[in-house]
Amino acid sequence: MGEVNFNNVVKRFDDGTVAVSDLNFSIEEGEFLVLVGPSGCGKSTSLRMVAGLEAITGGEITIDGEVVNGLTPRERDIAMVFQTYALYPHMTVEQNMGFPLRMARVDPEEKKRRVRSATNILGMENLLGRYPRELSGGQRQRVAMGRAIVRSPRVFLMDEPLSNLDAKLRVQMRGEIARLQRELGTTTLYVTHDQVEAMTLGDRVAVMHDGVLQQLAPPARLYQAPETVFVAGFIGSPPMNLCRATIMDEGGALVAKFGSFALPIDPGSIEKYPNVREHVGRDVVLGTRPECFFIASGDLPENKLVKAKVDFVEMLGAEALIYLPTDAEQIDGSTRFGVKAKTGANGGTEPEQLTLVARIAPKTVPSHGEMVNIAYEEDSLHFFDIDTGRALR
Amino acid sequence: MSPVLQGAATILIGVFGCIGYFYASNIILDRVLFPARGPKAGRNINRANQVRPWLFLFPAIFALGLYLVYPVVGSFYRSLFDRAGDDFIGLGNYIDLINEPTFRTAVFNNFLWILVVPAGSTFFGLAAAQLTDRLRWGNIAKSLIFMPMAISFVGASLIWKFVYANNADIGLINAAREALFGAEPLDVLQIPFWNNFFLMFILIWIQTGFAMVILSAALRGIPEETIEAAIIDGANPFQVFFRIKVPQIMGTIVVVWTTITILVLKVFDIVYTMTGGNFGTQILPSYMMGYMFRDNGRATAVAFVIMVIVLPVMVWNIVQARREQR
Repeated sequence: MGEVNFNNVVKRFDDGTVAVSDLNFSIEEGEFLVLVGPSGCGKSTSLRMVAGLEAITGGEITIDGEVVNGLTPRERDIAMVFQTYALYPHMTVEQNMGFPLRMARVDPEEKKRRVRSATNILGMENLLGRYPRELSGGQRQRVAMGRAIVRSPRVFLMDEPLSNLDAKLRVQMRGEIARLQRELGTTTLYVTHDQVEAMTLGDRVAVMHDGVLQQLAPPARLYQAPETVFVAGFIGSPPMNLCRATIMDEGGALVAKFGSFALPIDPGSIEKYPNVREHVGRDVVLGTRPECFFIASGDLPENKLVKAKVDFVEMLGAEALIYLPTDAEQIDGSTRFGVKAKTGANGGTEPEQLTLVARIAPKTVPSHGEMVNIAYEEDSLHFFDIDTGRALR
Repeated sequence: MSPVLQGAATILIGVFGCIGYFYASNIILDRVLFPARGPKAGRNINRANQVRPWLFLFPAIFALGLYLVYPVVGSFYRSLFDRAGDDFIGLGNYIDLINEPTFRTAVFNNFLWILVVPAGSTFFGLAAAQLTDRLRWGNIAKSLIFMPMAISFVGASLIWKFVYANNADIGLINAAREALFGAEPLDVLQIPFWNNFFLMFILIWIQTGFAMVILSAALRGIPEETIEAAIIDGANPFQVFFRIKVPQIMGTIVVVWTTITILVLKVFDIVYTMTGGNFGTQILPSYMMGYMFRDNGRATAVAFVIMVIVLPVMVWNIVQARREQR
């Protein structure tokens, strides 16, 4: 129970803004699916359409094959956890958790039993008589989860449930949510703007931008094979280096030229992005992950290296980030290919130059102003169409 | 002396008097009473600092004492004398009051007013606040409902005197009765017992706007998520209103309720203008007005009874209002 389908779902607000356009995907039974994207990308709106708090302008949403467009929230048999917890301040923890059951006219004995079992799962038996104002942030979060659990709904909807917690508690509750969902096996749609939450929690992750679904894939695939420039730039921290590059054929070997730099394209990368061959002599978006660079020891041929001057270094303990200014044009995945780019929101600004970020082992950290030779690992270049932003596959 | 000079002199004396008072009293405290030198310098500084707040509070306490506490005590003292104010008669005025049927009617009616008017105003105010909340023309409706607040009690009474008029050509009620049932006109203000409610309705009409404005602000202050959560938890609109919204604004409802209760115990104008306390509509404030300047002992005794009734409501009101502020 609990299969959710989005079929060509559209949300247009009264003022004409399109929040979600033509959304198509399905959440399988028992799956933990995370919707992630920057603020204003339509992820919360999509969730609220499943909940029944927003009307669906076009297309249909089905739960277990039943179209729910016209159903009230109460008829949809879903439970939702809010960012602000939305606990009822005038009710005790027990009354808060029992409220959905009371509304469903569940027999009081049964209600008590289910509230107790939910509190056992969440480990807060001693808090039942307290009011929300007497609880800490983490405890309130648990009560909100408990209120969702007691109903045994078909689907859990979670709208940034961890955003109001401090960093340490967030990590702890993240683990707890993952454990709970595994134990209960309830289909879950989880909205967040935090890519770490998305990557760690989701069976699959859907990345949204400007109301458009960019990619829906398991976390590892999202990281290794991004479909669009936006996904490439959004997933990963520090983000992927993205710049304008020209593909050149130099005596049978393909080379990516960016600014005054050039990198030979290894066969492995071409295999992953075969379409690169069709783009010889044309501009593409070149993406490189910071962690794929390393400081070259002398035995690599000259043409496999990038020689650059270190602008500054961030020492993080287990690793170090070095910043290398280049003269290549930086590509911003979030403004260049979105709806906003087409309306000219970014128009008129000078193209920014890419500062290449490389994540290297802390043993060989160069100092500020030093010239370094860095090389990249095989199979790790990414190529995207400069006009559409789609991967050259 | 010209009024301008007089005013200027008053301001100067007031301002410099204040400055002079604080300056001089602090100097006396620091130099004379507890000088910060000698073997006990440290202890003296602490003591001076304990006394200092009282120096600043003194003018306010004095003024409040003079204009609030003294009148209360003075009224009570006055109520122990006869109508000429010469002979001390102890609790004689109070005993007379208890034995008088009109006073008992006034007390009974006043309790009816206390029960009905705050309940009616708060109920209609809450209903209006909730119903106009999401309407596009809600603000216009609210302005209309609020408007009677701007009318004086006497003015409002005159308006309603027309509505209740014993004439089908003037009175709305009699016109309706004639049109619907062909009934002869009657004076609704002379129907025993029920005429009280016709008078109360005027005050409810005035106070609904007040209740609506305050409760509407409180309703807007409820976090939207708790309402959405309740909808998802399966609550219907009535359950959302009574189980989620109303409990969350209970503190404000109590403040509105008690504020109107206190007001009810002060309003004499409506009864005074509409019936003059006749036909069994007497209430305490208008009863008191009837004795004012004729029998000051009796009138102050009534004033004191009103104060005793109003006091607990007032305490509750202030406690609730303070809790709301936190």
